[in-house]
Amino acid sequence: MSRLRIATIWLGGCSGCHMSLLDLDEWLIELAARADLVYSPIADTKRFPPEVDLTLIEGAIANDEHLELAQTARRHSKIIVSFGDCAVTGNVTALRNPLGPAQNVLQQVYVEHGDPGGVIPHEPGIVPVLLDKVVPVHQVIPVDYYLPGCPPSAPRIRALLEALIEGREPAADIRFG
Amino acid sequence: MAAKTLTIDGHLVSARPGETLLAAIRDAGITIPTLCHLDGLSEVGACRLCLVEIEGQRRLQPACMTMVSEGMVVHTNTPRLQSYRRQIIELLFAERNHVCAVCVASGNCELQRLAGMVGMDHVRYEYLSPNYPVDISHPRFGIDHNRCVLCTRCVRACDEIEGVHTWDVAGRGVNAHVITDLNQPWGTSTTCTSCGKCQLACPTGAIFPRGVTVGERPHASERIALIVEARKQRW
Repeated sequence: MSRLRIATIWLGGCSGCHMSLLDLDEWLIELAARADLVYSPIADTKRFPPEVDLTLIEGAIANDEHLELAQTARRHSKIIVSFGDCAVTGNVTALRNPLGPAQNVLQQVYVEHGDPGGVIPHEPGIVPVLLDKVVPVHQVIPVDYYLPGCPPSAPRIRALLEALIEGREPAADIRFG
Repeated sequence: MAAKTLTIDGHLVSARPGETLLAAIRDAGITIPTLCHLDGLSEVGACRLCLVEIEGQRRLQPACMTMVSEGMVVHTNTPRLQSYRRQIIELLFAERNHVCAVCVASGNCELQRLAGMVGMDHVRYEYLSPNYPVDISHPRFGIDHNRCVLCTRCVRACDEIEGVHTWDVAGRGVNAHVITDLNQPWGTSTTCTSCGKCQLACPTGAIFPRGVTVGERPHASERIALIVEARKQRW
């Protein structure tokens, strides 16, 4: 059996889901025996590579960079997993949505509640541009599997990965929060 | 009075006349999802989660509002019902801001549990993300309208058990929301006795004791039925 090519990406989230992934401890060594981690915030790779078997997406779609990376990941991946509550629902990342479009949010955070009252960051090409509404991953690209949880526990991540690596359908496992 | 005999999911079941279909289904050991139903309170048939198929009737019927009748043939878990139940839960999640990760009721929430029960691993609808307030003007309790599912269990507990009717519903459709007294801050209510039965009845983290944080609000809705039972005893 050829080695699986696994990627993980970190969009609008706190990295807690990646922390939970690392919480798999010694099972990560077993995983490394069967798969290569070809792109990840915990791997030194600059570009999302082609022909990835499985990509875990942590985080919601909150800015233009997230949108582009999610679309790239979809084009280059056989299986996409929405990994954690932010990817599945928007969760904490989407708490800004009731405040209105991005400009309103920036105005409130940086100017009205800034201490001292600051300026809205504007660095085209450097600071990603916020989208007006934070959305779950499945609203911008097709998603194959969902693993809710904030974060999903290490045993739940392992159960999903083991099923997908072995080509089985993962058992339903729904727990938000 | 003669018992009624009906068929639920292929099993012959006998039920008392005047009993609801929901009670008969539960007596038969079958679990169907409910949300606006709470033992001890009147039924309103608002959430539609307990809809069942009854042979010979084209419309689905809420089990909590349907009385048993002789010869009824009932199906409680068909693919059509499963699909509707999941849609209902998805719409509830999409309508307000139900963010389990930062909710006082996480781990003790009926909506969160129902999501798992009906197989909702994601919401297919666009989130409305409304801007609802949190009222903590009451010294002991708070209400976060973002978590409210409009089941009206608080309204009924306050009216039927406490006999006060501080709570009611204002507005229609997507603008409906629960209010205290004449749509004023809860802390200024002159009718509220601060008994906390609304908080016991609440299935989500909408009504909570002040001072609790994420996951700390216990679920104690069954205490409403205990109060009702206790009051039946007369010395």
